Amino acid sequence: MPPRASKRKSVPPNSSTVTSSDGRSVSNKAKTKGMEKIDRLFNTYANSSLGMIDPEGIEALCADLGVDYTDVRILMLAWKLKSEKQGYFTREEWQTGLKALGVDSLSKLKKALPELEKEVEKPSNYEDFYTYAFRYCLTEEKQKSVDIESICELLNLVLGVQFRPQVDSLVEYLKIQNDYKVINADQWINFLRFCKEISFPDLRNYDANQAWPLILDNFVEWMREKQS
Amino acid sequence: MESKTIDFERGWDHVYKGIKQLRRILEGLPEPLFTSGEYVMLYSTVYNMCARNPPHNYSQQLYDKYREVLEEYITSTLSPSLRGKRDEFLLRELVKIWVNHKVMVRWLSRFFNYLDRYFVDYRSLPALNEVGMTCFTDLVYREVQTNIKDAAIVLIGKEREGDRIDCSLLKNVLDIFVAVGMGSMERYEDDFEADMLRDTGAYYSRKASSWIEEDSCPEYMLKCEECLKKERDRVFHYLRSSSEVKLIEKVQHELLVTYIDRLLEKEHSGCRALLRDDKADDLSRMYRLYCKIPRGLDPVADIFKQHVTAEGTALVQAIGAASNAPGVQEHVLLRKIIELHCKYMAYVTDCFQNHNLFCNALKDAFKVFCNNTGTDSSSAELLATFCDDILKKGGSEKLSDEAIEETLENAVKLLAYINDRDLFAEFYRKKLARRLLFDRSANDDHERSVLSKLKQQCGEQFTSKMEGMVTDITLSRENHAAFEDYLRSNSAAHPGIDLTVTILTTGFWPSYKPCNLNLPTEMIKCVEVFKGFYETKTKHKKLTWIYSLGTCNLSGMFDQKTIELVVSTHQAAVLMLFNTSDRLSYSEIMDQLNSTHEDLVRLLHSLSCAKYKILSKQPDTKTISRSDYFEFNSKFTNKLRRIKIPLPPVDEKKKIVEDVDKDRRYAIDAAIVRVMKTRKVLGYQQLVSECVEQLSQTFKPDIKAIKKQIEDLITREFLERDEENPNTFKYLA
Repeated sequence: MPPRASKRKSVPPNSSTVTSSDGRSVSNKAKTKGMEKIDRLFNTYANSSLGMIDPEGIEALCADLGVDYTDVRILMLAWKLKSEKQGYFTREEWQTGLKALGVDSLSKLKKALPELEKEVEKPSNYEDFYTYAFRYCLTEEKQKSVDIESICELLNLVLGVQFRPQVDSLVEYLKIQNDYKVINADQWINFLRFCKEISFPDLRNYDANQAWPLILDNFVEWMREKQS
Repeated sequence: MESKTIDFERGWDHVYKGIKQLRRILEGLPEPLFTSGEYVMLYSTVYNMCARNPPHNYSQQLYDKYREVLEEYITSTLSPSLRGKRDEFLLRELVKIWVNHKVMVRWLSRFFNYLDRYFVDYRSLPALNEVGMTCFTDLVYREVQTNIKDAAIVLIGKEREGDRIDCSLLKNVLDIFVAVGMGSMERYEDDFEADMLRDTGAYYSRKASSWIEEDSCPEYMLKCEECLKKERDRVFHYLRSSSEVKLIEKVQHELLVTYIDRLLEKEHSGCRALLRDDKADDLSRMYRLYCKIPRGLDPVADIFKQHVTAEGTALVQAIGAASNAPGVQEHVLLRKIIELHCKYMAYVTDCFQNHNLFCNALKDAFKVFCNNTGTDSSSAELLATFCDDILKKGGSEKLSDEAIEETLENAVKLLAYINDRDLFAEFYRKKLARRLLFDRSANDDHERSVLSKLKQQCGEQFTSKMEGMVTDITLSRENHAAFEDYLRSNSAAHPGIDLTVTILTTGFWPSYKPCNLNLPTEMIKCVEVFKGFYETKTKHKKLTWIYSLGTCNLSGMFDQKTIELVVSTHQAAVLMLFNTSDRLSYSEIMDQLNSTHEDLVRLLHSLSCAKYKILSKQPDTKTISRSDYFEFNSKFTNKLRRIKIPLPPVDEKKKIVEDVDKDRRYAIDAAIVRVMKTRKVLGYQQLVSECVEQLSQTFKPDIKAIKKQIEDLITREFLERDEENPNTFKYLA
């Protein structure tokens, strides 16, 4: 027989048959115990009438985590939680997400943030996160595009660290151009591709004869004019 | 024939006697020729020696003897005569001994013929004449082949320099080369032709390098033509026909290909100069010389294209710079472009034999400058105006019918070079509408002829609306007759004014702004009456009245005399206000009429500040302001009894361009969907080029516009970008 496992942590193997007085299996119980902590944490921030964490709750969470409301790490957290609605975390999202992070307390969550950053930056995840960031901004039903102002902020937030010069120029351009008042998902994903593939600031390998979105063609033209 | 065995020595003796006799004949000694009896004897002897069973079968020995005899003959008689001889003498001698050899072989073969019949095949040995040839080759040819080749080439060189040479000698010598090949041209080609070609190349290379310095392009080309002709003659006279292709190619290479750039680019006489100076003959020669050379015409076509483009561009700029009245200038421009087109089309047809390269060069050239008019108006508009000028009354009364037809035909041809064909269609339609509605068309036949030319050039869809317009006019006339009947049978309904209504089918005609003008009561009655009539004909169609297109004849009761005024309906509405009021302010007119400021200013200007002042204006300035007052000018008079008061049309150019742009967006959208629906998955560049192709009949789409529509279709979820390859699109059903 394996040594007695400590109370809350690992569950002894083949323990599914061991039942306790209330009929639930021990593993379930242990799970529930872990979930309880997560749940309690959830309740701390949740809006009781809504049954989920609302923007106010998120703000409070941020304060407790010592992170700004607009910090990209919150967006990353949302991504990890697979949160569907901007500004809100449901109980299920919270439970699944925190479990995936392997945390069940505020301090652990705080400690997990740097890891989360690293995870997002992994090439396999980054594009997914990037696309998620856009979707997260589609707050209205049937909304397909995001206004320029928000896009600029989002670009700063999401790409600013890795591609600062591109983002700065792009944001400058987006603000002064008049052709587009909103950006759609296709244009958004191509911004990332642009940053990754195109040599900057010389833009040497940009070919307008390829299927780059028109807004990027115009951006490149504007940049080349500025540089000459 | 005696069929007895013969002893070899005896038999051979007999044969050998015959051979000696043959040799004496060949030497030219007085020896009688063989009689047929003698010949039969010799043949039989051989036969008897061969048609036996061993050991009396001497076929092998005889075969060997045959060869021996020949070799002996050659070495003792033929070869010696060649030694020490050179050049032409060598050639002559060679031909002579070749002839002798042939005779010897022929006769010997006749004697020994029986060997050819059985022994040769049986032992798979070379036939007798082959043996003969081999002997000659080994003993004579091989020794002298280089010398005769050189001598022959020298002769050819002399001929090139103008000397007369013995062509038949040369031909005979070359026959030897061929014969020695024994069925294949290898000896001729390797032992003679190769060096001959090399020598030819060197010769022409030398000539070309000096000619190209000294001669003008036409002179050089003439020399080339002559040289080529002479070389062809050479082939005909003595070279083998198989040499022709290689020879001509060599000559062409040295004369035409090597120096093509220098020749064409010669400053005062090269291709450009020839075009400039209209040297049709020289250009025809240039075409003839270069059309057989692969890619030879490319530079010529290129220069042609550049020349035409330059001429066209200069023309456009010159006329753009001239500061005549705009309408005249543009008319002149188009006339000149048409002239230019006819001129260079003639070149293509006459000098360049309608060759594809040149047809395309012309097309490309025209496309370049036909689309940059250097004025505010696009070439599409200019062309439409040009046609309008010819087709309207007073436009081309001085020209004959044929001249008009020809001009219109040429004008339509120009349309092929203009990118914005759809823009032309719009302008043309607008002007056609004005011609039809205001009865300004000069000649129905010409109108119809232009439409059919346009249909031929651009397809049915291009002209379907315009044809609809013409039909509408015809139908309206019939309709009018019916309306008159209606009025006659319902005299109470008669509005008291003569009324003609033209019914336009909405889709065919350009779109017109509807207006909410308040009409005078008299006119309202007219409208009502017609509506009543129309409803008896059909209840399904809705009538929208466009008063801006109507005309009205008013009687102006001026002090001096009554003058009939032909005005637009809008102008009439303004004037009739003065039937009830003596003096009206701008704003009063505005209120009563319910017009827009823009329209009203135009209307009042035409009636009070233009040529005929039907209304007097206070203050009497040249422009209309909103504080002006107007009165009926009873003092007005004119020597004519009937005057037309023109109302300058609004500049619809901007609107037309906008409309066309909008149509284009739809067209591009539809084209993309059509292509993607068929292909399902397609790369970006291919998608663009297929769209351009589909739309090419109507206009040349802007690549950016296509890109924009693709993006629009992505947003509307018709297309999506492929995840693996961002340059590929997928159709979402």
